[in-house]
Amino acid sequence: MNTTLETGVLPDWSAYGVVAASAALAAALLLAAGAFSVALLLVATVFVAAIVTYTWSRRIEGPRRAKDRLVTLTIVAAFGLALIPLLSLVFEVAKRGIPGLSLEFLTESARGHIGGGGAAHALVGTLVITGVAALISIPIGLMAAIYLTEYGGGRLGRGLTFFVDVMTGIPSIVAGLFAYALFALIFGPGIRLGVMGSVALSVLMIPIVIRTSEEVLKIVPNHLREASYALGTPKWRTIVKVVLPTAFAGLITGMMIAVARIIGETAPLLVTTGVVDSINSNPFSGRMQNLAVYAYSEYRTPGVFKQASYDRAWAAALTLIVIVMVLNLVARLIYRRYRTEIR
Amino acid sequence: MGAAGATRAETDVGDAEMKPPTTSTQSTSKPAADVDGRPAKTIEARGVDLFYGDFHAVEDVTMTVEPNKVTALIGSSGCGKTTFLRSLNRMHELTASARVEGEITLDGQDIYGSKVDPVQVRRLIGMVFQSPNPFPTMSIYDNVAAGLNLNAGRVKKSEKDAIVERSLRGAHLWNEVKDRLDKPGSSLSGGQQQRLCIARAIAVEPEVLLMDEPCSALDPVATLAIEDLIGELKNKFTIAIVTHNMQQASRASDITAFFNLEETGKPGRLVEVGPTEKIFTSPSQQATEDYVSGRFG
Repeated sequence: MNTTLETGVLPDWSAYGVVAASAALAAALLLAAGAFSVALLLVATVFVAAIVTYTWSRRIEGPRRAKDRLVTLTIVAAFGLALIPLLSLVFEVAKRGIPGLSLEFLTESARGHIGGGGAAHALVGTLVITGVAALISIPIGLMAAIYLTEYGGGRLGRGLTFFVDVMTGIPSIVAGLFAYALFALIFGPGIRLGVMGSVALSVLMIPIVIRTSEEVLKIVPNHLREASYALGTPKWRTIVKVVLPTAFAGLITGMMIAVARIIGETAPLLVTTGVVDSINSNPFSGRMQNLAVYAYSEYRTPGVFKQASYDRAWAAALTLIVIVMVLNLVARLIYRRYRTEIR
Repeated sequence: MGAAGATRAETDVGDAEMKPPTTSTQSTSKPAADVDGRPAKTIEARGVDLFYGDFHAVEDVTMTVEPNKVTALIGSSGCGKTTFLRSLNRMHELTASARVEGEITLDGQDIYGSKVDPVQVRRLIGMVFQSPNPFPTMSIYDNVAAGLNLNAGRVKKSEKDAIVERSLRGAHLWNEVKDRLDKPGSSLSGGQQQRLCIARAIAVEPEVLLMDEPCSALDPVATLAIEDLIGELKNKFTIAIVTHNMQQASRASDITAFFNLEETGKPGRLVEVGPTEKIFTSPSQQATEDYVSGRFG
C-alpha cells in the first residue's frame, strides 16, 4: 500500500484556467458548427470544463479530489444558473424603468392628465394598503405563532398548523375574491375600498407571519425559558420579557420579509381596491390605486401616447422592486444590529 | 420566621400519621444557626413516583432535604436524579406529558396541592442549571435583577442596586464584574456565567436552591470556586445538588442520596440516603458501595 502523504496537486489557477480554456474551446466548436449563441456557449462551457477538470484532476490528484472538483464545479454552475434570471430581471426592469422615472412620476397623480401624469396615487395606495395589511396581520400572526410555540401542541395546535400550511398555498386571487365577497355581503355589490385590499393581503400575509415567527420562536432555547420559570416568573412574563426579546431580530426580519412578499400582489387588489386616477389616502373611503395594478393597467390600456404609458408601467415595476429591496436591506440591518447570540 | 414555624406545626398536627422521620423534625425545630437568623426550609418527599407519559422514570422516593445542609444526589446517568430534582420545584411538569405522584412538601405544605401556584413554588425554590444560561438579551446587572424585573412589582433603583450587589457578592462575582455591569452576561467566562446564574437565583431570596450538575461544564478551578460558594450558601439556604462527580459529593455535601437504575427501561430508585461520610465510608447497601468505590454494580 502506498503510504506517502504527498500527491500531485493542480496549480492554483487551474479552476479559472480550465473554465477560460473551456469557454474558448466551446466557442470555437459552436462557431465551427455555425450554431453560436450565448446560452449554448454557457452550457457547452460547463460541460467541457467538467470533463476537462475531472480527467485532469484524476490523472494528477486521484479520484477523490477529482470528484470533489467536479461537484464543486457543478454547484457553482447551478448557482450561476439560479442567478441568471434574477439578474436579468433586475437589469431589464432597471433599463426600461429608469426612463419613466421622474419627479413628476413620484409626486403627481394621473388625475387631469391626458395620457400623462405620475404614479403618486399608486405609491400612496401601495403604502397605505400594505401598511394596513401589516397592522392586521402582524398582531394576529405573532400571537398565533406564540400560541403554537408556547401553548399549542394539542389538537387545536396541530389543526392550526395544518390550516396555516393550507393558507400559504391559497392562490392570491382567491384571497381577493374572499375579501370582495365579505365586503359585498356587508356593503352590497360593487364596493371598492382600500381596506378590502388590506384584508385580502392579510389573508395571504398572516400564514407567512405565523410560519416565520414560529420558526424564530422555536429557536429560542428552552433553557432560557426554564431559567426564567425557576426564578418564579409567570409564563406570560417569560414570553414577553425573555422569549420575545431573544427572538426580536428574527421576528422583525420575518415581518419585513412577509411585507415584501405581499407588497407586489396584483390580482387580489384588482378586484378589491379598483382602479382610480387620483390620490386617496383613506383606506375606508373609495377606490385606491396601487403600483402593481397601476403597472398592469398602464400596460393593458395605454393612453394616446403608448410609449409613455409603457414607460410608466416599467417605472412602477422598478419602484416596487426598489421598495422590496429597501425592506429587505432594512430587515438585514435590523438583524445584524439586534441579533442575540444563542447557544 | 415565626409564621412558617406555626404553619408547620399546624400541618404536623393535621396529618400526624405522616409524621416525618425524627431526624428531620429535630433539625427543623431547632433553627439552624445562620447568619441572617433565617432558618431555611425543609423539603420532604414521600412515596414520589415520576413519569414521562407511560415511562416510569423514578419510583417511590422518600427522603428529606434538610435545611441549611447540602444534600447531594448521586447515581449513574439516566437513574432519575435530575428528574427528581426538577420535581422538587415543579419544573418536571413543564415537560409535556410529565406526571408526579406522591407527596412533596415544603415545611409541611404540599407543593403539588390543587390550590398551589407553581409560580409561587418556584419563587421559594430556585434552581441553577447544568450549563450556564444567562439571558442573552440582558446585561450582567439585568440578569441578576431579572428575578425582580420579571416578577412585576416596581422595585426602587437604589434597592435594586443593593440587591444586585449583595447577590453578586454572595456569588463571589462582584469584584470581577463591578466595573462592567452593563456588559452582556454572555461576555463572561463559563465559570463566571455559572456564578452569575447563582447570583440571579439567590437575588430573589428563595428558601431552597436546587442545583443540577452546576459544575459539569466548568474547569476544576471554576468548580472549586462554585463548591466553596455552595459551602457558604448553605448558611442561608437549603441546597440540593445533583452531581456526577464523586469527589464533589464527598467534598461539598453533608447528606448524600444514591439513586440507581437496576436495568434500562426500569424506573430509577433511591437506594440509600444518609450522612455523606457514612455513604462514602460504610454504606449499608452493596450497590452504593460499588458505585462510590468505582465498581459499578
